[in-house]
Amino acid sequence: MIVNDKNIPSRPAPASTRGIAGWLRENLFSTPGNSVLTFMGLAFLVWAIPPIFQWAVLQADFIGVNKEACTSEGACWVFVSARFQQFMYGFYPDTELWRVNIFFAQMTAVLVWVLWDKMPRRTWGGVWFLTGFPLTSFILLHGGFLGLETVETHKWGGLMLTLVLSLVGMVIALPIGILLALGRRSDMPAVSSFCTVFIEIWRGVPLITILFMASVMLPLFIPGDIELDKLARAMIGISLFEAALIAEVIRGGLQAMPKGQYEAADAMGLSYWQGMRLIIMPQVLKISIPGIVNTFVQLFKDTSLVLIIGLFDLLAVMQAGITDVNWPNISIEAFVFTGFVFWAFCFGMSRYSVALERKLDTGHKS
Amino acid sequence: MKKAIQLAGAALALTAASSLAQASTQTSTLENVKERGYIQCGVSTGLPGFSTPDEKGNWTGIDVDVCRAMAAATLGNADKVKFIPLTAKERFTALQSGEIDVLSRNTTWTQTRDTSLGLNFVGVNYYDGQGFMVKKNLGVSSALELDGATVCIQAGTTTELNMADYFREHSMTYQPLVFDTSAQSVQGFESGRCDMLTSDQSQLYALRTKLAKPDEAIVLPEVISKEPLGPVVRQGDDQWLNIAKWSLYALVNGEELGLTSDNIDAKMTTDNPAISRFIGKTGPGGKALNLPDDFAYQIVKQVGNYDEIFERNVGAKSPLLIKRGINALWKDGGIVYAPPFR
Amino acid sequence: MSQNINKASSSRFWYDPKVRSILFQLLFIGLLVFFISNIITNTTNNLEQRGITTGFDFLSQEAGFGIIQSLVEYDETHTFGKTFIVGLLNTALVAVLGVALSTVVGFLVGIGRLSSNWLVARLSTVYIEIFRNIPVLLQILFWYIAVLQVLPSPRQSITLGESIFLNLRGLYIPAPVFGEGSGIVLGAFVAACMAAFVLSHWAKQRQVKTGEVFPVFRVGLGLIVALPIVVWVVAGQPISLEMPVLKGFNFRGGITVMPELIALLLGLAFYTAAYIAENVRAGIEAISKGQREAAGALGLSEGRIMSLVIIPQAMRVVIPPLATNYMNLIKNSSLATAIGYPELVNVFMGTTLNQTGQAIEIIAMTMAVYLTMNLMVSLFMNWFNTRMALVER
Repeated sequence: MIVNDKNIPSRPAPASTRGIAGWLRENLFSTPGNSVLTFMGLAFLVWAIPPIFQWAVLQADFIGVNKEACTSEGACWVFVSARFQQFMYGFYPDTELWRVNIFFAQMTAVLVWVLWDKMPRRTWGGVWFLTGFPLTSFILLHGGFLGLETVETHKWGGLMLTLVLSLVGMVIALPIGILLALGRRSDMPAVSSFCTVFIEIWRGVPLITILFMASVMLPLFIPGDIELDKLARAMIGISLFEAALIAEVIRGGLQAMPKGQYEAADAMGLSYWQGMRLIIMPQVLKISIPGIVNTFVQLFKDTSLVLIIGLFDLLAVMQAGITDVNWPNISIEAFVFTGFVFWAFCFGMSRYSVALERKLDTGHKS
Repeated sequence: MKKAIQLAGAALALTAASSLAQASTQTSTLENVKERGYIQCGVSTGLPGFSTPDEKGNWTGIDVDVCRAMAAATLGNADKVKFIPLTAKERFTALQSGEIDVLSRNTTWTQTRDTSLGLNFVGVNYYDGQGFMVKKNLGVSSALELDGATVCIQAGTTTELNMADYFREHSMTYQPLVFDTSAQSVQGFESGRCDMLTSDQSQLYALRTKLAKPDEAIVLPEVISKEPLGPVVRQGDDQWLNIAKWSLYALVNGEELGLTSDNIDAKMTTDNPAISRFIGKTGPGGKALNLPDDFAYQIVKQVGNYDEIFERNVGAKSPLLIKRGINALWKDGGIVYAPPFR
Repeated sequence: MSQNINKASSSRFWYDPKVRSILFQLLFIGLLVFFISNIITNTTNNLEQRGITTGFDFLSQEAGFGIIQSLVEYDETHTFGKTFIVGLLNTALVAVLGVALSTVVGFLVGIGRLSSNWLVARLSTVYIEIFRNIPVLLQILFWYIAVLQVLPSPRQSITLGESIFLNLRGLYIPAPVFGEGSGIVLGAFVAACMAAFVLSHWAKQRQVKTGEVFPVFRVGLGLIVALPIVVWVVAGQPISLEMPVLKGFNFRGGITVMPELIALLLGLAFYTAAYIAENVRAGIEAISKGQREAAGALGLSEGRIMSLVIIPQAMRVVIPPLATNYMNLIKNSSLATAIGYPELVNVFMGTTLNQTGQAIEIIAMTMAVYLTMNLMVSLFMNWFNTRMALVER
């Protein structure tokens, strides 16, 4: 009797499934249909990438001060560097630019503090983000206090204005949004119906009509002798719009809370507001951060609409640049650059929210 | 209980604040301006020759200079102006709501605007008319050959209506494409999306400078409308209206009397009675307007006379190269005329 | 014990949660009414003080300006009210076309992202990450410039059989002209559609009963195409085509698709499609792997697994966010004003507002339109959602 007491040695996988060839076969040419798709994709890449690369890099001009520096066929990035100050700061006075730079620095610091989970005392960061940060930024950017020269808001522009608009929108919208969300889930019919109607109306109309309303109608709503800056009016419009969006995000978070949490808060003898402040909200805000960041990304993109009411945000500054007589045929470069700036911000933020979502997902789930 | 008191307190504070806001009385524009230290002037978001910001955000243009003249008259310093760029849609509400003290934004004087918007037109600082710009290679020499054409129109003016009237009157058809800003209109025209661009003639000359090849476009001779452009103030403040009017007249009278920013100091000592009335040595001066007696002197000294403003911004010394035409003084065959300082 | 009850009843009434709730609501309503009435008084005061006319009388006044594209009859002599209708319809046109286009692109990209083909999956991911993270206004402006730079002038039109023309002024296609007796042809078309519907219903029932498959698609299509053509020939060809012809500056006749519309559709659809693709991916990923394997074990091809097993189940997850995306698309269509496409915001909130100056009435009407449209989308999608919901047996 022959007993084979040894395992038959495992043979290597067939050559066709190994190595590069195997990978190619598996991922690109598994079926005839797939092969066709692959070839179409390759053809597209071959058609699109080299000309774009050539235009944007190889044949592009990078150095110079005016249009004459652009002698080659490709993109004229000189335009971007020549107008860089406007892209960043709008018409902010030369001598005061350091104030904007401090604002940028503080913004970065605060955002890192709030959003990076390894930082200590993030709650305090959040409180600073909602109170101290807007206050100091206003004093810094607008001036008129502490010996700082006043810089009127119509001189603000570029990336700085885009950031100011979206950050202010966020800072104001967050508390209002939380109140609206709580109101919508309230047992009191008057409060909940008001909040529902408010949220649905603001969510249901285009931001552009809200901006128009803010710029044209708002002055009629307030007593005749009170003046509101155009930027302030746009901010009011954007903030309320944003608040309605945030409210829905927070409401989602509230709904995701297990009922036991509410009951536990009641059982502890906490009042409604105490329960909310100490038990519910900290949890809700934590799980809502990805949603809030996504809303912020949305808002960041939407601030480009202020172009239509005549504020000079990043996109508007770029459009103004296009019409400059000294820079003919520059529109593609300007669009690509602006698009890239917006993309970089939004992509970064959405990556962050995806990563956070993954992280929250692995935690305990009810 | 504590909460209820807090809430009631908040409600009370709100009530008080809003009633307080309503109670304060409307003060005169001049007082406001003096108190504030500068004039708030509504201008366009960028129209070469009329009001346009440079890289540093300094505003220049014929409309800008009207505001500067008013600042020289009221505050003695032509630089005490805050310029607020407005789109066509916002301009009247901005003035009505008090966001600006004067609107100087190539605004056409029409009956509706003067009578039903709660505004008053001050006068005319540029006589304009709607015209057409086409590309030379189209081979068109008159607007009457434009039947069926696609037309780029810049929104927010009387332009759309004049355009429609003109084509209807000559029983021609057209396809209107309405853009919000001049940048888009130029883009539409340049790319060939439209056969022609219609706007006030001054604007056409201005827009032409923005084309990649300005020489390839011509402005057709037809003028299809009257467009007297001028500054606007709120209705119901006659003193401010008068100040605006006489600031404008000072520019014109300055040219008529041959006074320029360069020579006015030298002519201070002249015994020409018209000039000495103008600079406020004799005559009514600025008392009735609540202004210093030398307000007209300040205007011409700091801003210049009408001729200087015109040539500097839209005329021979500017890229627009517009001729004086009907905007010449009445003595020179134009229709620019101002009541005398007397 | 009795002391306790006494104590409770004698405690202050505002410690009773119900009373407190009512008091709070009364206070809330009071504040709200106060706030709103304050706004109304301010507004009326301001309007009166500034001599601005109010009311909706302007809707019956003559508009006096032209609009380049109108789905209903319109010229300068019509009223401002009519401009509202024209703008509204143009918005609706963009909304319908945009929803259709973005859905198609979105589904393709969403499925592509999960494709087993590595290259297709990567390309889809890159597409999504690029288009989702750039403002839609910028994209629309970009497409407009691109369209204007690529297309030739009218005299050098790209043409297809001398009946379809593409140039800078738009896409020109022949328009049907309905002569006398064309009603019969249309009737035949409707009848064929109904017959095809009945047929598919019958075929389905037969398949359930007997398992035999009837070629519904081919027969139905044949019916819908053939019947109207036969009737058209028999009735003496009452419907003819009007060809676009180059006359003077532009093509006349036919149907024109404006380049603004093309640019707007491209911008809106590609932007929204990126979001839809992500929803579709999430929906497909939510389907358990067993479903796919079971379908594979039944011997279904890759395409049929998708269309018969995965997508119908994934739809339950996809539809709710899809509704949000459609609403966003409709709202974003208002950006057309930036490139001069004559939709509601451009025509009514633009030109009409400039002519009449009645901001409150016009902005309120415009907002009401978008609210209604969004409400309709939401209702329809809810209805669709209940229809698609998993029927548990």
